[in-house]
Amino acid sequence: MAIEVRIPTILRTYTGGEKAVGASGETLAAVIDDLETNHPGIKDRLIDGADLRRFVNVYINDEDVRFLGGLGAPVADGDQIVVLPAVAGG
Amino acid sequence: MLTIDRKTVDAIVEHAKRDHPDEACGIVAGPAGSDRPARFVPMVNAAGSTTFYEFDSMDLLSLYKEMDDRDEEPVIVYHSHTATEAYPSRTDIGLASEPNAHYVLVSTREHGNSPGPVEFRSYRIVDGEVTEEEISVVDAPRPIEASQAQGE
Repeated sequence: MAIEVRIPTILRTYTGGEKAVGASGETLAAVIDDLETNHPGIKDRLIDGADLRRFVNVYINDEDVRFLGGLGAPVADGDQIVVLPAVAGG
Repeated sequence: MLTIDRKTVDAIVEHAKRDHPDEACGIVAGPAGSDRPARFVPMVNAAGSTTFYEFDSMDLLSLYKEMDDRDEEPVIVYHSHTATEAYPSRTDIGLASEPNAHYVLVSTREHGNSPGPVEFRSYRIVDGEVTEEEISVVDAPRPIEASQAQGE
């Protein structure tokens, strides 16, 4: 449980209101699976099919995971993951 | 109801006029839980589009970290429509992800970059449901309690 995942307001319904939760895993995909075990329903809000949702941004240690390999991005103990929904519209 | 000071209204309108015909976007941050829009933060529309807006992903991260450090939240999320009315589009509704925010829309369709009134409206968007709300424009921001005062 050495990875901190920061949860945006709109997804805190899945974490009992917690702003940050612990998780484990060696890739982003594994971390999200671990999150899903403890916070059922959250995975579907992050992933669409085999990829991250287009309008969800995920950062590992302040880097956008889209430049780190997406769901396959490696994660290590002590890393911080931040989830932020895009601020976007038409 | 959204209570907002005149200077912030003018800043949002000015931003929208400046970026017309592209959509302009930004937030007004305020102390967490205060519902008080205090700090105007114009953002770059990374989409650079007349029909879409999106904060750049690294700008978004910086903004949220800064707000976190200052114990702020986005009290207002604003953007402009440049050819249609100031009402949330289906895309706006589908992507709205700040249930506590006031979504301010302005429309520059009448006067574009030129002086002249713009539509300025505010909404709550929660779970896909849009509720328009009244706007009360005040001369000066409501005072911030000393314990919450922060430098600009």
